Amino acid sequence: MSEYIIKNGHVFDPVQGIKGDKKDICVKDGKIIDKVGSGAKIIDASGKTVMAGALEIHAHVAGPKVNAGRWYRPEDKHFDSHKTAGITRIEGGKSIPTVFKTGYEYARMGFTFAMEAAMPPLYARHVHEEIHDTPIIDEAALPVFGNNWFILEYLKNQEIENTAAYIAWVMRQTKGYGVKVVNPGGTEAWAWGLNCLTIHDPVPYFEITPAEIIKGLMAANEYLGLPHSMHIHQNDLGNPGNYQTTIDTLKLAEGVKATNNFGRDQVMHSTHIQFHSYKGTNWGDFESGAKEVMDYVNKQKNLTIDTGNVTLDETTTMTADGPFEHHLHGLNHLKWFNVDVELETAAGVVPFIYDPNNAVFASQWAVGLEIALYAKDPMRCFITTDHPNAGPFTRYPRVYAWLMSEKYRNERLNSFKKADKVISATNLSGMDREITLYELAQMTRAGPAKALGLSKDYGGLKVGMNADIAIYNINPDKFPSDGAAIEKAFAQVAYLFKDGKICVEEGKIVDMGKKHTFWVDAKVKENKQVMHDVREKFLRYYSVNENNYSVPESYAPHQHIISVDATQA
Amino acid sequence: MNTVTLTVKKVPELYLECEKVNPDAFAGKTADQIAKLPGYQGKEISTLGDYFTVTGDAGATAADTKIVINGDCTKMKYIGAKMTAGEVVVNSTTDMYTGSWMTGGKLLIKGDVHSFCGLAMKGGEFIIEGDAGNYLGAAYRGDWRGMSGGVLRIKGNAGSDVATFMTGGELIVEGDVDIHIGTHMEGGKIIVKGNANRRVGGQLVKGEIYVFGNINVMMPGFKPVNEVELDVDGTTAKFTEYVGDLGERHPKRKGETVYGKLFLKQ
Repeated sequence: MSEYIIKNGHVFDPVQGIKGDKKDICVKDGKIIDKVGSGAKIIDASGKTVMAGALEIHAHVAGPKVNAGRWYRPEDKHFDSHKTAGITRIEGGKSIPTVFKTGYEYARMGFTFAMEAAMPPLYARHVHEEIHDTPIIDEAALPVFGNNWFILEYLKNQEIENTAAYIAWVMRQTKGYGVKVVNPGGTEAWAWGLNCLTIHDPVPYFEITPAEIIKGLMAANEYLGLPHSMHIHQNDLGNPGNYQTTIDTLKLAEGVKATNNFGRDQVMHSTHIQFHSYKGTNWGDFESGAKEVMDYVNKQKNLTIDTGNVTLDETTTMTADGPFEHHLHGLNHLKWFNVDVELETAAGVVPFIYDPNNAVFASQWAVGLEIALYAKDPMRCFITTDHPNAGPFTRYPRVYAWLMSEKYRNERLNSFKKADKVISATNLSGMDREITLYELAQMTRAGPAKALGLSKDYGGLKVGMNADIAIYNINPDKFPSDGAAIEKAFAQVAYLFKDGKICVEEGKIVDMGKKHTFWVDAKVKENKQVMHDVREKFLRYYSVNENNYSVPESYAPHQHIISVDATQA
Repeated sequence: MNTVTLTVKKVPELYLECEKVNPDAFAGKTADQIAKLPGYQGKEISTLGDYFTVTGDAGATAADTKIVINGDCTKMKYIGAKMTAGEVVVNSTTDMYTGSWMTGGKLLIKGDVHSFCGLAMKGGEFIIEGDAGNYLGAAYRGDWRGMSGGVLRIKGNAGSDVATFMTGGELIVEGDVDIHIGTHMEGGKIIVKGNANRRVGGQLVKGEIYVFGNINVMMPGFKPVNEVELDVDGTTAKFTEYVGDLGERHPKRKGETVYGKLFLKQ
């Protein structure tokens, strides 16, 4: 493999604490190394910004619910049907792009990894088929557990060991990466026409509360010592007044310690927290609760969050929070897709237009930015759009620009039709913080890599780490004062190295790279009880045979397996 | 106003996507430049010059540009689509998406049009002298935003699913229509001077549908409430007024429920 030396770039690497100093980066055989020979290809990065490849911690980019969005929204890609010159395929879709476009767009923005945020275990094969077809970037998927019958039954009896053994079994069957929880208990309660809007609302039949599910799954996650923590989409998403439930949920992590060999410190990752930071009692007196939520997050060190920034676009919402999607359909009357995934979960899809002329949507936009601007530790706050729920991931450059330029976001804020109302309902207008390039590298590289337990090889530019490198046309000495220029620079990398190979040059895809599917193989002591329960549930309830459930290697041929030994736990 | 004349010199083997055949794409260009604009056939890109002889230069703006197309355009899609101003006259039948997403100007088709024409039209005037296929003036497949403005007039018959999700504007069919007209309509006006088949105004929320001829089978969600004398597109006659679709959600205004209206000529 070729050798490269990236010369004279302004390097931003939180792993080594490098804050824009000029430093050469050497690359060989897919790794960052100390020195290269004289034959190495020189990449002139003078006047440019060099960072590690970015890691997406939460996006819906592969699987049955994403695909449901694709097939029931042909209008989303209607005008993107022409092929352009080069090695890329036709790139269709805006909020629910094709797998090809997904890979290309992440790569163009400097990303080298994306986490599919919700994999229904029963449909894991479909998730892996799409992951396999997504070019360039590495990916992994989080199976959902928060409404799973096995989990509800084990945790009702506080059987952490059985819960952990079942999680380990599912992760191996589905080639999953960690423990995802969506509206714990609420999605299952919906089967009875109910929901869990606080963490103490009992789930019918199972007689367990969301608080018990969350605590139990956190305990099982640490019992196994997984690279990532429990990853939660909380109860009562998107409703005025929900910030209290959000803080109640976060408090469940108090006193819980991270146990793992991956350098991870948090025990709970609370995702798209923007949607969970609302005060007020209805949409009329709705206010930002970002300060209250972030004050708590800032002082509680074993938590990480991601933002879920509303980008003010037309998009497609999709979540395993089935009752929420039904509620959304009642609000906007647009087409609603729903599926019940047997014993495991459910999912809904509804198109959504975040119209900037609407005071509520504009306020949601402000809340998302406040979350990031209130964050005292950028290593624990990551930028997402909960793609495609709050907006398409392709809007990251704009979100970065809003965060990095007070002028740019104030222009947006003050030009809202209902600017006065938005300004009084939120705190954004008084905030002068501007996220720096170093902080951005923490929020999009080193931070998510650490939270995902990947900090040994990813998210930094230290010698020995994987050579995933993004070079942007940004000169930190002449940082653009114009928001549109910041946006442009982050939308198209000058170069993207993936595993030491150049995949993107000046925004043009030049190589499809070598993508890997990450999954976690957790070994536990033999557990006859759990295997008996699995067999029984497959016989009695599942529509498929147990043998047709697992994801064979042929579905994920380029695996990167992370092994965990929990047999001594 | 400058006139650009396109004469078909080669009929495409498959279908030619003429997204660049509209006054907006031609504005400010000479005949030579227009001939170099792209035309798409599947994944292959060709030029308009490969299929048309182009004569005349365009005006400086779309509003100053008139396009006249002669020859067989049966296999040409997207003619006049997305036009904002100016004028297009086609002396032929055209294929799908003709005049779709147009927001202004005048488009005249002297033959028939295929399905999905005048989709989500927002403004301007679109006249079809022949017949139309299905989904005339409807929303694009999957979309919920149909025709919202302008005038679409067809002198012949139209197929099924006319004006699905219409929210505004006026659509006049001088001939007959097939099933499903004005489905999910939430505004605007449809006039059918001939007969309508079945399912007229299914899930109608708001808006008006006028039918001069017969409705083969009336939807059960419509209730006769009145008899009125009206002047509709130059014809004065007595109509029976129905409200509906009673099975659909309806907005309220000043405490009163607003229904969609269907007027059937007596």
